[in-house]
Amino acid sequence: MKHQIHLQVNGEPYDLLVEPRHTLLKVLRDDLGLTGTKKGCDTGDCGACTVLMNGKPINSCLALAMEANGKEITTIEGLAGGDDLHPLQEAFIQAGAIQCGYCTPGMILTAKALLDENSAPSEEEVKRALSGNLCRCTGYVKIVQAIQAAARIINSSRTNQS
Amino acid sequence: MHKSLRVNPFLLRSLEKFIDKGNFLVYLYKNENLPQTGSIVGASVIRSSRGQRMKPFSYFSPRTPREAIDLLVTHGPGAKIWAGGTDLLVEMKEGILAPEYVIDLKDIPALNQIKLENQYLKIGALATVHEVEIHPSVREYAGMLAQAASLLGSLQIRNKGTIGGNLCHASPAADLASPLLALDGRVRMSGKNGERTEHLENFFVGPGITTLKPDEILTEIQVPIPPPGSAGFYLKFSPRKAMDLALVGVAAFITLNRASQICTRARIALGAMAPTPIRVKKAERILEGKRIQQERLREVSDLAAEESRPISDIRGSAWYRKEVVKILVEQGIMQTLDQINQKPGVNQP
Repeated sequence: MKHQIHLQVNGEPYDLLVEPRHTLLKVLRDDLGLTGTKKGCDTGDCGACTVLMNGKPINSCLALAMEANGKEITTIEGLAGGDDLHPLQEAFIQAGAIQCGYCTPGMILTAKALLDENSAPSEEEVKRALSGNLCRCTGYVKIVQAIQAAARIINSSRTNQS
Repeated sequence: MHKSLRVNPFLLRSLEKFIDKGNFLVYLYKNENLPQTGSIVGASVIRSSRGQRMKPFSYFSPRTPREAIDLLVTHGPGAKIWAGGTDLLVEMKEGILAPEYVIDLKDIPALNQIKLENQYLKIGALATVHEVEIHPSVREYAGMLAQAASLLGSLQIRNKGTIGGNLCHASPAADLASPLLALDGRVRMSGKNGERTEHLENFFVGPGITTLKPDEILTEIQVPIPPPGSAGFYLKFSPRKAMDLALVGVAAFITLNRASQICTRARIALGAMAPTPIRVKKAERILEGKRIQQERLREVSDLAAEESRPISDIRGSAWYRKEVVKILVEQGIMQTLDQINQKPGVNQP
C-alpha cells in the first residue's frame, strides 16, 4: 500500500504517494527527476547519494522515503541560486576538484554541512568529515583544497557584509 | 554491485555456467584456448539487483512506546523494529531479512532524549550516534562513549544510526557496546507486561542475539555517573582510519582513590574478541584493590587475551586479534591513567 508523505525538497513543498520499500534516493531520482543525487554502492559505504535531511548529511540509499515525511531535503540541485553557483561549486571548478564527477554532488553536500557547523575547518577536519564520501578517481587532494578555499570565500564575503 | 575476480573479457564468451545462489549469481568461466580445456579459470560473483528483491512491507510510525509494543504483539514474528535502519535496510536489500511489517520508532519523541537524572546519564535508544558524539553531558560523564561514537562509520551513518540500534543489532564489534560495558551501563526495555532494566553485560547473548523479548523494545540506555577520580578510554583498531568496523575494540575504565592512589574500580571491555562484546574480569581483578604498577600491566593484558575467544575472519585471524588486544589493553590503561592525572578533581571518564 502506498503512503502519502509531505516533504520539502530544495525549498519546494511536495505531497507524494510512495511505496514503503522505496528509498529516498529512488524517489528523488525516479519520482522527482532530481538525478544529481547519484546511486553508487547502495549500501551506505560510498556517499555518492548524500543529501541533507534537515541540514544533516545522510545516505539517501539508507533512508526510506517514508522517513523523509515532514523533513526538509537539500539535494545538489538546491545549492545554486539560479545561475549563481554556490561558493563550494565555484571552488570545486576553480580547483579542478572534479574528475569523473560522480562523487561530486555528495562531496559538496557533505562539505556544505561541515562549513555550516565549522566555518574554517582544518585539513584534518575536512578529511574526517569526508570519510564517508569515496572518490573513485581518488582525487582527494584538490577536493580538500576546494573546500578550504570555499570556506575562505564564504568567510570573507561574510566579513565584507558586516 | 560487482564483486568479481579479474576475468579476461574474452572469457565472457566462454561462459561455463552460472549458479543462482539466492542473493548472488556466480558465473564460472573456462578458457578454451588453454590446454587444460574444461577447467574453470575465472569466476565472478554479481549481487543480484537488490532493490527489486526487497519484498514489499507495511510501514508503521507509532507515536508512543505503547503503540509500538501493541504493533509488535499484533504482527508477531513478521514485524521488525526500525531505528536508524542503517544495518536493517542493507540486510533487507540483500534479502537476508524480509520483514512484512516495519515499525519505525523515530517519531516517538520520548525515545531520543539525553538527560541527567538521579545520578544517571540517560540516553534515549533513538538518539543518533552523532547526537551521542556531541552531547555535552555525554562528553562530561561518559567521554569514552562520545569518543567511540565519533569513530563509528561515517558522518552520514552517524546522523542516521542510533545508539539503541547499535546495541540491538548486537554485533560483537559494535563500537558503542564495549564503552557502555566498561561504564557499567544498563538498558531499559518496555514490553506488553511493563518495563524492566538489565545490566548491559547480561543483554548480549550471541552475534545478533540479545535478551530482548519479541514484544519488547529498547527504550533507554543508562550510565551511572562515575565517582571523582575516574576516567575511561576507548581504542579502536581497524586497518582503515575511518569507515571500518573494529578489528579489535578496547574500552578501559578506572577509578582511583585520590589520596591513596589505590584502584577502587577497573573495567576492561573488548569488542570483536568473542561472540558478544565482553568484559574480561580476571584482568580487571588484578588491577583492583591496589596501586596500579606499570610493570604488572603486561600480566593484565595477557589475561585479557586469554579470556577472549575471537574468531578468524576476513579482518584478521584469532591469533592476530589476541596479539593486538595485548597491546591495546596496556595502552588503554595507560591512557586512562594519564587522563585521571591530567584532570584532578573532575570526574571525567
